[in-house]
Amino acid sequence: MTEITTTKDVENLTLTLVAEFDATPDRVWEVWEDPRKLERWWGPPTFPATFTRHDFVVGGESRYFMTGPAGETPRGWWRIDAIDKPRRLEFANGLAGDDGEAAPDVEPMAGYVTFEATDSGTRMTAVTHFTDAAQMQTMLDMGMQEGMTQAIGQIDALLSPASV
Amino acid sequence: MVVDRGLAEDEIDRIFGALADPTRRDILGRSIRHEQSVSALARQYAMSFAAVQKHVAVLERATLVRKERRGREQIVHANRATLGKAATLLDNYEQLWIQRAKRIADILAKPKGEPT
Repeated sequence: MTEITTTKDVENLTLTLVAEFDATPDRVWEVWEDPRKLERWWGPPTFPATFTRHDFVVGGESRYFMTGPAGETPRGWWRIDAIDKPRRLEFANGLAGDDGEAAPDVEPMAGYVTFEATDSGTRMTAVTHFTDAAQMQTMLDMGMQEGMTQAIGQIDALLSPASV
Repeated sequence: MVVDRGLAEDEIDRIFGALADPTRRDILGRSIRHEQSVSALARQYAMSFAAVQKHVAVLERATLVRKERRGREQIVHANRATLGKAATLLDNYEQLWIQRAKRIADILAKPKGEPT
């Protein structure tokens, strides 16, 4: 049983996930480095990811798209900012336009992942930092239902008149 | 700020799948304003009772509404707990990452032939 804990820092819009895996840091690193492994977990089952590019070197970039249930293909990119195999990985993750290239008006998310050897395997810590709520919302759109932002707005709209 | 348990990713998928349809959003909106019987809801739309019932069932599976039998009527209530949670973005991201970590664990477990 994998132990997973998360910490949400709402003030600083930072999400930290710590997972303990029963595998060596090298093997955990591989699920990030090998695009065929990466695409088996990056997207939700309803939005599987396909990485068409994955230059896993400092300054290298990745391109991917997800395939949604209605055939929609939201696109995204990564830029690797630091690599210390198999200990630490830093990368930016942004939204791409239909051409697969970075959308100019959306700030990428900054994140880093650390891998520490433990007695039972590896402790992986993934930290994601968001610039603002609007960015979170835009990025969240990608991995989820296309109309999610809209849906959240709709929930708010539905709730407000009745929240008296 | 209260940190909630949030929603599992498949729950999120169900919620936003349920909300992707305008009729279901309308049904949800009416249920939020006031509890509705399925037959009263069915009268509002140019579709069969069965079709409306199916839409209600989708909302129910997403835990956006609850259904309660009252005599011969089925009464639909909005589930505010789900609605409140669904609006919390960081919670959703948290669940996205929890699900990712679980999938990584599955990938790591498979080559060793461990049952999933």
